[in-house]
Amino acid sequence: MAFVWQFAEVILAIALAPLFVGWIAQCRAWMQSRSAPPLTQQYRMLRKLFSKDVALAQNASPLFRAAPYVLFATMVLAAAIIPSVVTDLPFARAADAIALIGLFATARVFQSLAAMDIGTSFGSLGARREMMVGFLAEPAILMVFFNAFLLFGTTDLTSLVDNHASHPSVIDPSVIFAAIAFVMVLLAENARIPIDNPATHLELTMIHEAMVLEYSARHLALVEWASSLKLFNYACIGIALFLPWGIAMHGEHMGAVLLALAALIVKLALCGAGLAMIETLSAKLRIFRAPEFLAMAFLVAVLGLLVHLLLGANPNA
Amino acid sequence: MIREFQHGTKALPSNLPCRLIKVGAVEWRQIAQRVRTDGGRLLTLWGADDRDRDGRYRVYAAYLNANGVDVIEHEMDGGARPVYPSLCEFFPSSLRMERTVFDLLGIRSMEPDQRGWLRHGGWSESAFPLRRDFESNSQSAAVSEPYPFVQVEGDGVHEIPVGPVHAGTIEPGHFRFSVVGEKVLRLEERLGYTHKGVEKRFEQLPLEEGHRLAARISGDSAVAYSWAYCAALESITSADCPPRALQLRALALEHERMANHLGDLGALGNDAGFAFGLTHFSRMKEDLLRTNQACFGARYLMDFIVPGGVVSDLPAHAHRLLLDRYRTIEAGTASMRNTYDNHAGVQDRFRETGVLSPELAWNLDATGLAARASGIPHDLRADCPWPPYDKLKPKVSTQPSGDVAARAAVRFDEIVESLRICRALAGGLAGGSVRNAIAEAAPGLLGIGVIEAWRGPVLIALETGPGGSIRRCHPHDPSWQNWPLLEFAILGNLVPDFPLINKSFNLSYSGQDV
Repeated sequence: MAFVWQFAEVILAIALAPLFVGWIAQCRAWMQSRSAPPLTQQYRMLRKLFSKDVALAQNASPLFRAAPYVLFATMVLAAAIIPSVVTDLPFARAADAIALIGLFATARVFQSLAAMDIGTSFGSLGARREMMVGFLAEPAILMVFFNAFLLFGTTDLTSLVDNHASHPSVIDPSVIFAAIAFVMVLLAENARIPIDNPATHLELTMIHEAMVLEYSARHLALVEWASSLKLFNYACIGIALFLPWGIAMHGEHMGAVLLALAALIVKLALCGAGLAMIETLSAKLRIFRAPEFLAMAFLVAVLGLLVHLLLGANPNA
Repeated sequence: MIREFQHGTKALPSNLPCRLIKVGAVEWRQIAQRVRTDGGRLLTLWGADDRDRDGRYRVYAAYLNANGVDVIEHEMDGGARPVYPSLCEFFPSSLRMERTVFDLLGIRSMEPDQRGWLRHGGWSESAFPLRRDFESNSQSAAVSEPYPFVQVEGDGVHEIPVGPVHAGTIEPGHFRFSVVGEKVLRLEERLGYTHKGVEKRFEQLPLEEGHRLAARISGDSAVAYSWAYCAALESITSADCPPRALQLRALALEHERMANHLGDLGALGNDAGFAFGLTHFSRMKEDLLRTNQACFGARYLMDFIVPGGVVSDLPAHAHRLLLDRYRTIEAGTASMRNTYDNHAGVQDRFRETGVLSPELAWNLDATGLAARASGIPHDLRADCPWPPYDKLKPKVSTQPSGDVAARAAVRFDEIVESLRICRALAGGLAGGSVRNAIAEAAPGLLGIGVIEAWRGPVLIALETGPGGSIRRCHPHDPSWQNWPLLEFAILGNLVPDFPLINKSFNLSYSGQDV
């Protein structure tokens, strides 16, 4: 049964990720008083891209062609580890939250190498910026996970959620710090405003878009799908860490799973609207403010740790 | 001002006080130096092939002085290698114009930078399209030619070539950045990709058709260009434009200014990642364009201005429509200005980005809006008003800081001032007709039309040919003066800030490449 849940959850993530991105785009359009693209816009784009012929640069190496598949595969694997609907996930035992960060880093390395592979100035420009953002974001997200570890005594996401969801009464102040830090990292890691602008056509300001400029057709579709999966995964991590209530725990039945699915969709809708709100209200930062932004995320996460240690509020102690 | 050179002086037909002074090579430079020290500015520089008439080439420079426009004419023998002294020493903005004059006419200035500017291998090196003996329907295969950009060397310095094909739908231009990390050490522009032979095309048009081509030189300045053309033609033929038509022209010019400023302010917000600004300014711009359609019969006011007046009078309900539109724009702009001014993120991107100091702006011949944002209060509508601006007394808004925020603030101020002018015009429209017939123009006359467009002064130099034809027509866009500013404003800034700085100038490619 567990393997069925596992399989179903991965399929769910792959299917829902473009919808989540479409939902954010829709919310953002509403908040900016524009008429919104349809919710299914992302699916239509993917279908269009999959039906096109690939145009490859002459000097593209196998790495360039392999990178979209690697990206997509790592994001699918990450989705398998993150408990979104059920916590009874056999794959999750293979990797904890720290391995998950490693998984995201692998994807980043491949994407950056592929961006530099063609040798255009924009590819290297984007890769350079992506590595800068990445290596500043990783310590901050690690601190967020350490915070959770201190609270729930594990870095294994499924047991963490089990522990958390079964103690619904505990709201530790350190969680709030961790949540703020997490949202900041989420924005930076997923090429959203204020670090990057997913809607820009200005090649000199791009980070993520600059890296994928040379991709076309199915390669581009996989890259886009992978990046929407990444955002979906991040949202699910956030929900698992900070709003796990409603998730179906080990050994629960069909009814609980359906309830958990409904809860997840509501939570994702709210998160998406929240993200759109943040993006509408802020302008893009100058690129050299990005380190300050991420250092702030790190600092907030460390503050969370300190608050936790100082207050000594460990429910398991 | 140029009293000692007055021996060859005669008045030129123009909408501003204008003189023609014929000089030799030495005086050509002396006058430039004098204009520079007296605080005048170079409006434009162009050449003409008159070998069919008197065996000579001519080069003209138009200066704006306190008392009007002085056009300086210098003639050269029509030999194999005509040359004239360069003005770059006094007016650095003349460099690209001199390079263009060579590309089109084969008259060389004595300036060390002899690279071509807009030919781009599009025709043979020994052919010069504006010469009388050039076959305008001749075809030549475009050859890609190398262009020696200035190289920057040093540890960690690398180049980023951008354009001419961009990721968005914008006009083509090539920018070569030399950067270390994200910091710009040098920027070199290469333009001319939209050269389409407008000046040659003018020579095949009758005089009364030219305003339509003029309106299409740079679509965002259609009113200014067509007015400048008509002003030149009307002064040549001593035609009288009815007062009501002049007021309607000014109304159209202010509408054009507001529409462009609204569009730019939205785009500035968008380039700072604040898409909220774009949607709201785009809505206001669209409302204004629809009002244009309803009142003037054209969204971008193409062909509204015709020789002798304007093409049609306002419809009966126009007054109401206009005042309603002014009210919504005024309220919307004020509220958006408040939003921009109080948004920390937007202000952080705007302030101290792309600074052009007043000294640099003056030394580089900055003109129009960019100059006003660097503290130089140049605005022809106030400095040298032509009717009906002589009665409107426009207020010139300047900002001292010369950064993106200053260029945004000047736009905000100018929208407010344009609204005041528009209300005054709409409230006090003269009666009578809106179009007079114009007489046939005598051949061989030179006329000048100068209009302050939203970017800066637009100039049309028009020379009549026999039988109502155009012998030579030179349109000048203020972008000629302001493109080089961008190369300096970007220095020391970050590469990702370039689009924002570029947009804050928002210069024309088409208007300069003609």
